[in-house]
Amino acid sequence: MSMETRQLRIALAGNPNSGKTTIFNSLTGTRQKVGNWPGVTVEKKEGDIRKFEYDIKIIDLPGTYSLTPFSIEEIVARDFILDENPDVVIDIIDASNLERNLYLANQLRELDCKVMFALNMADVARSRGLKIDAVKLSELLGVPVVFTVGNKNEGLDDLLKTAADLANSPLVIPEERKVRYSKEIEAAIRELKATIRQHIGPAFPYNPRWTAIKLLEDDKIIKERLNQKAGPSTGVILAKAETLRGRLAKFFDDDPEIIMTDERYGFIAGIIKEVQSSSTRQRVDMSRNIDLVLTNRFLGFPIFIFFIWAMFQATFTLGAYPMAWIDAGVGHLSGFVAGLLPDGLLKNLIIDGMIAGVGSIIIFLPNILILFFCIALFEDTGYMARAAFLMDKIMHLIGLHGKSFIPMLMGFGCSVPAIIATRSLESRKDRILTILITPFMSCSARLPVYIVLAGTFFAAHAGTVIFCIYLFGIVVAIVTGRLFRTALLRGEDAPFVMELPPYRMPMMKNLMIHMWDRSRMFLKKMGGIILIGSIVIWALTNFPRYEAPGAMTPQMAAQSAALQAENSYIGKVGKIVEPFFAPIGIDWRGSVALLTGFVAKEIVVSTMGVLYAAEGDANSDALRDALRNSGMTPLSALSMMIFVLLYIPCLATIGAITRETGSVKWTLFNIAFTTGVAWTMSFVVYRGGRLLGF
Amino acid sequence: MRLSEMGQGQSGKIVRIGGESKLRRRILEMGLTRGAEITIEKYAPLKDPLELVVRGSHISLRVNEAAEIDVEAAEPAGA
Repeated sequence: MSMETRQLRIALAGNPNSGKTTIFNSLTGTRQKVGNWPGVTVEKKEGDIRKFEYDIKIIDLPGTYSLTPFSIEEIVARDFILDENPDVVIDIIDASNLERNLYLANQLRELDCKVMFALNMADVARSRGLKIDAVKLSELLGVPVVFTVGNKNEGLDDLLKTAADLANSPLVIPEERKVRYSKEIEAAIRELKATIRQHIGPAFPYNPRWTAIKLLEDDKIIKERLNQKAGPSTGVILAKAETLRGRLAKFFDDDPEIIMTDERYGFIAGIIKEVQSSSTRQRVDMSRNIDLVLTNRFLGFPIFIFFIWAMFQATFTLGAYPMAWIDAGVGHLSGFVAGLLPDGLLKNLIIDGMIAGVGSIIIFLPNILILFFCIALFEDTGYMARAAFLMDKIMHLIGLHGKSFIPMLMGFGCSVPAIIATRSLESRKDRILTILITPFMSCSARLPVYIVLAGTFFAAHAGTVIFCIYLFGIVVAIVTGRLFRTALLRGEDAPFVMELPPYRMPMMKNLMIHMWDRSRMFLKKMGGIILIGSIVIWALTNFPRYEAPGAMTPQMAAQSAALQAENSYIGKVGKIVEPFFAPIGIDWRGSVALLTGFVAKEIVVSTMGVLYAAEGDANSDALRDALRNSGMTPLSALSMMIFVLLYIPCLATIGAITRETGSVKWTLFNIAFTTGVAWTMSFVVYRGGRLLGF
Repeated sequence: MRLSEMGQGQSGKIVRIGGESKLRRRILEMGLTRGAEITIEKYAPLKDPLELVVRGSHISLRVNEAAEIDVEAAEPAGA
């Protein structure tokens, strides 16, 4: 590498809760790009900055405890370092928890990359009476070490300066400063290294010692890599590794990878003795006292329920104000556009198709912002881990992880953010399972449908009926969850082994960045899908054109809208699918309403408004009268509500499912499954009700 | 004795870690290795999972995961 390097790529690695995100946010500020790592739904964050006449690209690797390829995060982090060769890897270490953090640090040292340590939250460590000898640590491990306090911007210049110097110096981590394993393991490493050297030329990109260690640990990914790069001689090397593994397993009476993990911690314990002067075994700070209350045997659950209640209150009560403004804004925009354009199809398309369609989604933005703000608050304070701790027993009964609770709960608000929130789940199986059952939690967009139907047909008991519908959704989620776990997503549960980080004061900057990242995702992706979907549905309802004869009175206008819908493509489709809905007591108009509900559930009500030829507002009494006169009975209304509760999620949710599962297969499965469950349940209720004489 | 049999506030030293390889690896990487000293901080309100302190960090485990870990209990504090 030349001394004239002016472009630097710096990767940030570190344990979760080590303050890595805070350092990343402090370094890059708002100049962040958020995307996904290729092929997986792990968030990738990058930021470009200019400092000391360098153009520095900072890449935030996923927070991990280790680099063994068990979780997607770990694979992503390791692959980046191995394949993208960043100029420097900065390992952010929680100075108050040096011992555990040094595990990842040592794995990074074993890779052939230029690594340095940031001893972060140095102030916390000091306040706990921990003294760390950075000079000695640096000397013992052969790695530059810098103290930082991320949330106070302390030491960050020093950090970048050291990183730049490191990038411009030759790579040396002296072999003798790497982790030394016991005699037998070192012998095995030597033998395997020799075999690797003998069979693969110097072209092999990875360090032979590291490769040998990984093969002894039975690392699946390194085996694959070896296969790609070493070709025919792979067999010899793998056979040798297998023999050596067998020998070690016999000697230690345990798997080699377990012994090696043990020995790494042994090595770390030695380092700790040298560099850290006092060691506290227990948290004697505020954090423990807070936990005594928040996870208390009696108070834990009431407090948890209160927080959740407060979150929903904030989301929907506070959110109602900006929602009204947006609603008015969309109304003004429609009015403004209406004034500009002549009557006709184009005007119709823009106002009824595009503005109304996108407007119906944009209106949820305040809810989503507030919801994500609360979630970010739970995460950044450390409460989220406690919520999982409290709920795990209950969630485990459905075969889920404690962390699945929050996404499912958010499903009552809107499935889209709920599905995005499943990112906090580590295991892919847990994620898919949670994503599949979350749409059964009745989202707020379905409420207007229940209000109209229950209000019309169950007048006095409407509240109870709606409550039962919600409850029914939860029951279906639990039952299908169990079913999926035993039939489709089998396999042992993901280990619950989880850190309960100390409570921390959240930083506003981090909260805002967190909230905005996720909301932006919602806006960008869902906005596009909704726009296209709205235009398609609009076109299907407006073509072929049906021309009403003669002059229009308001009644006739409503009539003509209904006739247009009846004669449109979607009307025709409604007639075609009528036999599908007839057994569950829904006529062609209901069928069309349900079809349009695919775009967004709220649309069901407005479509019913059009089709049942109600004049004026869809929520008005006119629609109720029309429904009562249409031959709908309380039983068929109930059947329709159950169908709305369970059937195919809306377009935005489908989009989110595709993105988050990264699989069209799961998406199609979800569509088929939800619709199947909806039909079956409605059938049972409707036919059962008929048999009982309702 | 098993880790899952320890009471709140009890301390001990890890003797052996069993269980299926992925879980074991995970447990080890969080610092729960042979010889590590642990203290049971508390059990969740529904008695599962439990929280323990090891090497200065607080880790939670399900009771059936803790059952895979053998410990040598220290004398109760103050006894």
